[in-house]
Amino acid sequence: MSKPSDLLQGTLDLLILRTLALEPMHGWAIAARIEQTSREVLQITQGALYPALHRLEQQGWLRAKWRKTETGRDAKFYSLTAAGRTQLDKELAQWDRLSNAVGLVIRMAEE
Amino acid sequence: MPQRWIDILRQRLRSLLRGTAVEQELAREMRFHLDQQVEANLRRGLTPADARSAALRRLGGVAQIQEECRDARRTSYIENFFQDLQYAIRILIKTPVFALTAAATLALGIGANTAIFQLLDAIRLRTLPVPEPHRLAQILIPNLNFGILDGPGNLSYPLYQAIRTNQDAFSDVAAWDSQYRNVRLGRGAETRQVSALLVSGTFAGTFGLSPAAGRLLRPEDDFRGCPAPGVVLSYPFWRSEFGGNPSAIGSRLWVQNLSLEVIGVMPPGFSGPEVGLRLDLALPLCALSTPPSGDASIFDRSDNAWLNVMGRLKPGWSLAQASEHLRAISPALMRATFPSGYSRDSSAHYLDFHLEAISGATGVSQLRQQYDQSLWLLLGLTGLVLLIACANLSNLMLARAGAREREFSVRLALGAGRGRLIRQTMTEGLVLAAAGAALGLGAASVLSRVILHFLESDGSQLNLDLSLDWRIFAFTAAITSITCLLLSLAPALRAARGHAAEAMKASGRGLTADRGRFRFQRLLVVIQVSISVILVAGAFLFVGSFRRLVTLDPGFRAAGLLEASFDLGKQEHDETVLRQLLASVRATPQVDSAATTTNFLIANGMWSLIARTDAATRDARFNWISPGFFETLGTPILAGRDFNVSDSRTSPKVAIVNQIFAQMFLPGPNPIGKTFRSLAEPDYPEAQYEVVGLVRNTRYFEIQSAEPPMAYIPNTQFPQGVAGTQMFIRSRAPLAGVEAAVRRRIDSWRPGTEIDFQVFQQTISDSLIRERLLAALSGFFGVLAALLAGIGLYGVLAYQTLRRHGEIGIRLALGAARGQILQMVLKEAALLVLTGLIIGLAGALTLSQAAASLLFGISPRDPVQLGAAALALAAAAAIGSLLPALHAARLDPMQALRDE
Repeated sequence: MSKPSDLLQGTLDLLILRTLALEPMHGWAIAARIEQTSREVLQITQGALYPALHRLEQQGWLRAKWRKTETGRDAKFYSLTAAGRTQLDKELAQWDRLSNAVGLVIRMAEE
Repeated sequence: MPQRWIDILRQRLRSLLRGTAVEQELAREMRFHLDQQVEANLRRGLTPADARSAALRRLGGVAQIQEECRDARRTSYIENFFQDLQYAIRILIKTPVFALTAAATLALGIGANTAIFQLLDAIRLRTLPVPEPHRLAQILIPNLNFGILDGPGNLSYPLYQAIRTNQDAFSDVAAWDSQYRNVRLGRGAETRQVSALLVSGTFAGTFGLSPAAGRLLRPEDDFRGCPAPGVVLSYPFWRSEFGGNPSAIGSRLWVQNLSLEVIGVMPPGFSGPEVGLRLDLALPLCALSTPPSGDASIFDRSDNAWLNVMGRLKPGWSLAQASEHLRAISPALMRATFPSGYSRDSSAHYLDFHLEAISGATGVSQLRQQYDQSLWLLLGLTGLVLLIACANLSNLMLARAGAREREFSVRLALGAGRGRLIRQTMTEGLVLAAAGAALGLGAASVLSRVILHFLESDGSQLNLDLSLDWRIFAFTAAITSITCLLLSLAPALRAARGHAAEAMKASGRGLTADRGRFRFQRLLVVIQVSISVILVAGAFLFVGSFRRLVTLDPGFRAAGLLEASFDLGKQEHDETVLRQLLASVRATPQVDSAATTTNFLIANGMWSLIARTDAATRDARFNWISPGFFETLGTPILAGRDFNVSDSRTSPKVAIVNQIFAQMFLPGPNPIGKTFRSLAEPDYPEAQYEVVGLVRNTRYFEIQSAEPPMAYIPNTQFPQGVAGTQMFIRSRAPLAGVEAAVRRRIDSWRPGTEIDFQVFQQTISDSLIRERLLAALSGFFGVLAALLAGIGLYGVLAYQTLRRHGEIGIRLALGAARGQILQMVLKEAALLVLTGLIIGLAGALTLSQAAASLLFGISPRDPVQLGAAALALAAAAAIGSLLPALHAARLDPMQALRDE
């Protein structure tokens, strides 16, 4: 029963943190936002999303609060903590390095 | 950053403490998500029903997501552990036979090993509780030859003094009386016996002792003829007699009718240099010469080795160097202390003696000499028991986990996490291991006390520190538990690795069980059987050896005999008093016969002189006896006559010899009338004897050893005057009553005479403690081994046939006879057992050689005993395999197939 995920290990965390950097959101909205922004390329399954949210919360990167949505329903909204913001910067920098490196290798292979 | 840690902590605490709230939140969160998805689907134009089912499909296993969220919260480990614990206990309670068998197996394995090691540690391994025990060295004569230097110890007093003044290797040298003496404490009616040790004034300094109160003995306390020796209390004695009160110092104690001052208390934990003995008081050596009853002659005799000597190595000296140094100065020391009065042969022996230093770190111990080998052997046996126990456990756990593979598959299919399944199996193992360890702890302390009780004979109270050794307990508990855990884990891992659906198929619907899966279990059975053969063979050998010892004819009839020693003080060589004494005892109504001897048989020392004839010159045992000795002992006189009243102090010296003596010294058809000589020793001038009688051989010092050559001389012809204060008394009446009657009789004849009685049979049985202990314990382990092997076999076969129910059902349905099914299962078992037996017998033949010196009258490779062991085990195995085989043969084919 492997988790069907096209995402690189650890990338989901980065996506969640980046998405939440804009504004607090609930789980469904996070998934929807990621899918939308990636033009439906990245499909976030709930089986991966919620454990990741809980893990990030446990690690102190996120904080959760129950709030009303625009439609007036109770939902659990996640927001970035200060530590989460630092972590996001760190992970972004790492991602840049990684994607640059991958890019270099791919281009070299083309030449 | 600190804010983050606070967040984390709050999160964890919340998850842990407000578990239900967190769970509810999780459920709400999931529900909200689902609703959002449904709404999104509706917006895309799906019908409400389709929208909902699509959303559910998309969401996937809610339970699984929740489980993973719980995992993400980490605290689930703790929560799950308690859940698992509850579940494990519930499941174990549901299968009490399995749980009890496993826990008991663990307990026995852990308990037996810890107990034996405890004893071994107390007797053999623990160093003396003194500073730098490794600098202590015992000094002794390795080539000591009895007959020239006699006594219970290693060195004589003059030799000890010579060593002290001539050696360079030790900062100090101390001596102590090799025997802990029972002394009378108190006066009048309130006297009782306490254990005292006589030590040199250098004792405390050499051992590095510092007093718990007052002071210890000093060199200036120990001088010949010391009029008022000070007494030092042992720490436990101080606690029990004086409540640990410092005012005890300076008070006076009546010891052997002398009023002595208490000068100090030994440090706690120190009970003398001899391991296993109780010590109450320490007195200076010079107390032996304290007037009025003291006698200083023992300090001058260099033929009486009554001392043990220990030195403390100077810094920079190694044990080997010290030993070399002692060896180098030995010739001069021996010449300086040469005892006079010996024949030339014996004297040469004495001059040839050399000294040696051996490590004294663990003190000295007779227990050690006596039991060292047997304890190591027992530890080996318990190690094997532990092996079997582990194998048995593995089998049980494997069979059980195997049987639960289907349960695992179902739970996997229902969405249980793999990690969770594995953790849960481990928790079960942990519960079993904990129960086993707790029981083992109890078993160890009971068992070691039982063994200690075994080793304690009437006369000797052992004083061993049996406080539990946590290291060894933890070690045994750990290895057994790890076995238990690992083996329960293996099938769980296998189940968790495989695909749920496959696992269910394999465990449920297959008709023939996968044979490969049993390979490991069958290997375990073979190992178990072969180790059990070794243990059972050991049991047969030791029990057989012990049986031989107790049924052996020692040449005398021990039942109904009392040993009596009379304290006649200064009258001990007075011929008239001795004659009256023997007459009084004989006149006591219950007494059938009585005779005196200078040496009781069995466990009572040896008395040798060198005898010489034309045929041989060598040592023989000498015993001075009164007429009627052989009648009292029940030893037949084979030729010639018994002594009688006409064999007196002045008449020609005569002797009765045993068969071996006659063969060695007086070859020929008839020894009667021939003569032999005894060579000179101090107090025993050379003499010639005419043989007047021949008696049967009897065992002498120990039942285990062959009869030595013996010469009996009339007690009237004892060199230092008539001997006769020790008596064998025979009676058909209960011996306790006889003791009382003799006491009354003697008291009316000579009031105040101290008498010491021993029941002869008790002495003999005490002398066989080691053999009895080995027989009992190896017998116990043997039975245990056979039992475990039987259970192991039963477990494997029962499980295997259970898994083959379908196959057996089909066979039966197709017309197989029940006998054939029985045969099929038994054949399988027989193959395993036979392989095990062959390996085990080979092992037993190799290992039993190590026990050779502990066996009596039985070869360690005795084919009868080994055969019997194999048979016994085969019988146990047969029972273990017959049950499942019969069960299989009785299967109802319809039922079996339906179950599938």
